[in-house]
Amino acid sequence: MEIPANAAATARVKIDMGIPAQNPEPQTPARIQIEGLNFFYGKMQALHNISLVIPANRITALIGPSGCGKSTLIRTINRMHETVRIARAEGTILLDNEDIFRLDVVRLRRRVGMVFQRPNPFPKSIFENVAFGLRVNGFKGSLSEAVERSLRRAALWDEVKDKLHKSAYELSGGQQQRLCIARALAVDPEVLLLDEPCSALDPVTTAKIEELLFNLKEYCTMVIVTHNMQQAARSSDFTAFMLDGRVVEYQPTARLFTNPSDPRTEAYLTGRFG
Amino acid sequence: MSVVMLSLTGLCALLIISILFFILGYLVWNGGKSLSWDFFTRLPAPVGEAGGGMANAIVGTLKLLLIASLMGIPIGVIGGIYLSEYGGRVFGFIVRYTTDLLNGVPSIVVGIFAYSLIVLHTKHFSTLAGGFALGVMMIPITLRSTEDFLLAVPRTLREGAMALGASKWKTITSVVIPAAYRGILTAVLLALARVSGETAPLLFTAFSNRYWSPGWNQPTASLPVMIYTYAIAPYEDWHRQAWAAGVVLLGLVLAANIIARTVLSRGIAVPR
Amino acid sequence: MATIPIAPDSAGPALASRSLARRLVSGDQVAHLFTLIFAASVILITSLLFYELWINSALSRAKFGWAFFYTQNWDPIFEQFGARPFIYGTLVTSALALLIAVPFGLGAAIFLAELAPAKISDALTFVIELLAAVPSVIYGLLGIFLVVPFVREILGPALKKTFGFTPLFTGPVYGVSYLTAGLVLAIMVAPYIISVSREVLMAVPNDQREAALSLGSTRWEATWKVVVPYARTGILGSIFLALARALGETMAVTMVIGNVPKVDLSLLAPGYTIAAVIANEFSEAAGNLYFSALVELGLVLFLLTFILNGLARLLIYATTQRGAANP
Repeated sequence: MEIPANAAATARVKIDMGIPAQNPEPQTPARIQIEGLNFFYGKMQALHNISLVIPANRITALIGPSGCGKSTLIRTINRMHETVRIARAEGTILLDNEDIFRLDVVRLRRRVGMVFQRPNPFPKSIFENVAFGLRVNGFKGSLSEAVERSLRRAALWDEVKDKLHKSAYELSGGQQQRLCIARALAVDPEVLLLDEPCSALDPVTTAKIEELLFNLKEYCTMVIVTHNMQQAARSSDFTAFMLDGRVVEYQPTARLFTNPSDPRTEAYLTGRFG
Repeated sequence: MSVVMLSLTGLCALLIISILFFILGYLVWNGGKSLSWDFFTRLPAPVGEAGGGMANAIVGTLKLLLIASLMGIPIGVIGGIYLSEYGGRVFGFIVRYTTDLLNGVPSIVVGIFAYSLIVLHTKHFSTLAGGFALGVMMIPITLRSTEDFLLAVPRTLREGAMALGASKWKTITSVVIPAAYRGILTAVLLALARVSGETAPLLFTAFSNRYWSPGWNQPTASLPVMIYTYAIAPYEDWHRQAWAAGVVLLGLVLAANIIARTVLSRGIAVPR
Repeated sequence: MATIPIAPDSAGPALASRSLARRLVSGDQVAHLFTLIFAASVILITSLLFYELWINSALSRAKFGWAFFYTQNWDPIFEQFGARPFIYGTLVTSALALLIAVPFGLGAAIFLAELAPAKISDALTFVIELLAAVPSVIYGLLGIFLVVPFVREILGPALKKTFGFTPLFTGPVYGVSYLTAGLVLAIMVAPYIISVSREVLMAVPNDQREAALSLGSTRWEATWKVVVPYARTGILGSIFLALARALGETMAVTMVIGNVPKVDLSLLAPGYTIAAVIANEFSEAAGNLYFSALVELGLVLFLLTFILNGLARLLIYATTQRGAANP
């Protein structure tokens, strides 16, 4: 049966416990739908029955105290959890209405890029870093144009255009992180997952990256994990608050921060734990 | 492509592992059927006669290892203590680096060294010279492993002792070394295992002997050299004995390695 | 008032001597010096080793000069000594060993570091390290009775049949040959390549793998294009270590190479190596020049491995430290 592209976004999917898949803004088309996701490390359950709808071309932030499962959740979206041997996910995640667990994992990761907590450029030149994803994906066309486009999108072009063939390790931490974003953007992902991308950076650099993310909404959907509430408040459209492996509350960011509906959210925002 | 290449790497591992088992199996099969009580208790039979054993070579190997230990263990262990506890930046680096280089010197060259230092002056092939050569080879293995095991002792343990007013030396002898003693034993055992199979440095230091060695300054037989001479000899019976000696030597070396790596150093990483 | 200056005067030396005595009893300075002497003896022994090689080869170095390395004639009776066949044999057998051992060793290391579950990897590594502990004379024994017949009956004729048109595989097949020695050496050095390479591969930070995977690389692409290049200096170090070991290996080679002091292009021909000629001729070297020439061969071997090991160690230090710091 064909499902219309945005049908699921408006449909409120029923899951086993009777809790509707949470969508904070039904009128925005969904890019990712997570339904009844349970996650285990061996016998330990890290995520409990997560249901979330992530709207297209928006920034969705996941916040919560450390250990609440936000990184686990984001790493499940591109199945990066499979690199951990004892990890196991149950449930459904749909990317444009396709079950990601049935997609070829390599294809999936080409569509869902990721930026990590600490900048992790390869020990290659700046150019080769950005070109890496294109090369492994058998990109046909002008590499240098594609590299330039990605570096421009990551607002790094002007700073590195004269030293493209220098080692990526010569860049500063903030530049390295933007290079990693450019590297992820080069393969034109539909979704960009950012796992605390600014935790290793200073405030000025952080501001630069937030601005960059805002401009990237044009090209892709972003999910960002952050332990920094201000960052979530500043840069995201929607925010999900997680606690002990569950989503407590998922709202448009402004509403969640000004008028949380769950007392636990309020307790967290006012700094009573975490 | 990915799957093909990844399975190829698995195949490489499989191939190498199966070579080991093949070697072990072949050796044990051939050696096992030639082993007898005579092998351990009798002297080699006169050339051309069948039978006899390698009792003198077994004792010779033990004597060589004794001398090697007397030289290699003190220098290795105490040098290791120096490196982990006192070693300055520059001098420590020089000692460490020299040790690693000494470790890489081909054993035949160590043989030349022992020959020109001892045999040339005493005008005798001797147990002493052979033991010296093996001792030189023991030093780097013992030293670097001892250092690594001592460095693995947590700093808090040292600080705890120092905070109670113990001097540095007192801390080392009463806290650090006891905490690392199993590691040090491992280091010593691995070094012994390594040199016990060395042949090249003995060829012209301990030389060989078809009888009991009459004294420390006289040539002596040893298991590895016997394997060599018997293996390249044209007699069927000698080949049989070479296999028997091979299985005994391999058994010794592997047993020492397995004991060192599993029983003694359980839970601690064995450095190379 | 007069008593005041006396007090420190009398206390001073007493205190000083007591603390000196205490220092001696607790032994810190003494212990430092004591351990230092033992550590320094390593440097002394290594220098002495070099000194002995240098002094005892003086005669040969003076007589033959550089010609020692490229002349071909090894004749103890007329006291003409040229090391070319040995140097050639050493280089050829070592190169063959690496040619065989590096691909297999690296493949196995990748499997152990990247693919195998930790428990299996540890168990296999344990076994492989045991393989490295097997004495070389035992490899020689197996070489004589397994590899030599294998080359003579199966591998040699097959290679001659297929590649006989190249000069590399011509001439009669005796079984003892450069190729046989190369095979045995490959089996001997593979464990070194595997265990060191596995270690440097495992030291590659995980975020490198994840970055590659998140860009849509396959597992193999992530390994081959990111992890292996990241660890390449360390892997190179392991290869140098293996090479140094192959160059200096004596017993196993002596037992299977045939010991013929000739340079032969065919890999199926018997040859000779530096270590093997020392092993065979040293104890019967009559005459000072003969002895000196053999020591000079030892010196060559020493310097070769010294340089290689020096480089290898530096490379391995460099990678393990970079792995830890992750710039």
